[in-house]
Amino acid sequence: MTAKVSHWRKPPLIKTPALRYGIYAVALTYFVLTIATLPIDWERTAKGMEAAGRIFSGAFPPSFERSGLLFSGFMESLKIAILATAGGLITSVPLAFMAARNISPRPIYYLGRGIIILARSFHPVIVAIIFVKAVGFGPLAGALTLVVYSIGFVAKLLAERIEEIDFGQVEAMRAVGAPFLSTMIYAILPQIMPRLVGLGIYQLDSNLRASAVIGIVGAGGIGATLANAFGRYDYDFALAITMVIVGAILISEAFSGVIRKRMS
Amino acid sequence: MNTQNTMDSWARFTPMQRFKRYAAFLSVTLIVVWAFGSIDVIWEWVWDAPIQLIDLFDRMIPPDPTNLPSILEAIWQTINTATIATFLAVFLSLPVAYISAQNTTPNRFFLWVGRFIVVSSRSVNTIIWALLFVAIFGPGIVAGIIAIMFRSIGFLGKLLGEAIEEIDPAPIEALQACGASPFKVVLYGVVPQVAPAFFAISILRWDINLRESTVLGLVGAGGIGVILQGAIDTFQWQEVSMVLLTILALVIFGEVVSSTLRKKLI
Repeated sequence: MTAKVSHWRKPPLIKTPALRYGIYAVALTYFVLTIATLPIDWERTAKGMEAAGRIFSGAFPPSFERSGLLFSGFMESLKIAILATAGGLITSVPLAFMAARNISPRPIYYLGRGIIILARSFHPVIVAIIFVKAVGFGPLAGALTLVVYSIGFVAKLLAERIEEIDFGQVEAMRAVGAPFLSTMIYAILPQIMPRLVGLGIYQLDSNLRASAVIGIVGAGGIGATLANAFGRYDYDFALAITMVIVGAILISEAFSGVIRKRMS
Repeated sequence: MNTQNTMDSWARFTPMQRFKRYAAFLSVTLIVVWAFGSIDVIWEWVWDAPIQLIDLFDRMIPPDPTNLPSILEAIWQTINTATIATFLAVFLSLPVAYISAQNTTPNRFFLWVGRFIVVSSRSVNTIIWALLFVAIFGPGIVAGIIAIMFRSIGFLGKLLGEAIEEIDPAPIEALQACGASPFKVVLYGVVPQVAPAFFAISILRWDINLRESTVLGLVGAGGIGVILQGAIDTFQWQEVSMVLLTILALVIFGEVVSSTLRKKLI
């Protein structure tokens, strides 16, 4: 025992050696196989590099010539984000009550959860395409998409907050014979209000980001302006738009961060 | 505050607080009304929207499974895109995280380089990255992988950098005190402390990437989105609903896998 001085070694992540090397081998095979079979067309890529050169040389310097178009696109995105946040919050409150395990009966709970899961599952771009087909091009499709997007996030977190409330107040209200709606408004809503406002501010920020993207599939806003500029090879204008989007996102992130910090 | 005067009529807020609350409420209402009034929407379409949506939904039923084999193949491509891109991005984001954390960065120059990488990668959406890379690599899965990778580097770098900033400096000082090389300091002082955060962040990003990979096809970057776009463009609504169902299954699969992994690893 004492004759053999062994070095300390970091304990491995997975204890059983067979399992450990098995998992490593499977992971390695997977990555080697999938990466090796990637359809990389080198000729196309070489041509693509030329295209990239064209894009970048065309993009510099960014052109703010059509700043009127840029501004109206951005304002449209902002309006879409505001309306979608308002609509999303209004729809999220009843949905969150439905999807809170501690206050809603089982069938309603599953219905609420189901709606939330459905709203969360699809990427906003997919939802946007469906809405564009259903209600036509423009900001309406964008706003509807972002309402769905907001529900998926706000209702989920709000329902989780309702599940954490102090139930004593609800019991007190019920004990004095308050009807259902009054119990909700006076016992639960004040407890979840700070969270609701915080989520609303966060969601406004996140809707602004998303509205820049869903425009690419025709749902209005600055994304539509960007997609048009890119499609017409106006790379200098596209770069200007991208710069505005990035700037707006940074400002709105800082802004929402400051408000949320001051509130809490 | 004078409690004597407010004894008989209790109020939750002082008048000043109430004024502030009303002012905030009023300004929010005004902003919403402004957005509502000035947005460029054809209102006939709005009233028509529920009918159109129900009509569309009607045409989607029942889902048409004739194309299921090619849908499943595209789903497999989508999973590969997300997995490979996350895998590559995890490795590329390690040095970014290292230089953009204030306590491990070699100097201020590298700190700003790191922050620049994080901010520029994070603020451009995956779809916009994909537009660019489709122009470079041509339509297909490669452009998608690189787009997702570019977007993920910023996300992983930022969160991992924050995790590094929160570590306990004592083990690092101890290692330095007994003369460990900088590499060993990182390996034995930093890595064990951020490992749980590292796995949590990587799994989270994989889950997000799985969702994002489903839409890459819409700008031509491979995966299930290509089939979805094709079906929508040719008004094959029953196939569209089949694709949507498979995407739903994929997302649920991703959530199950990531929550199992999270339980096992952390």
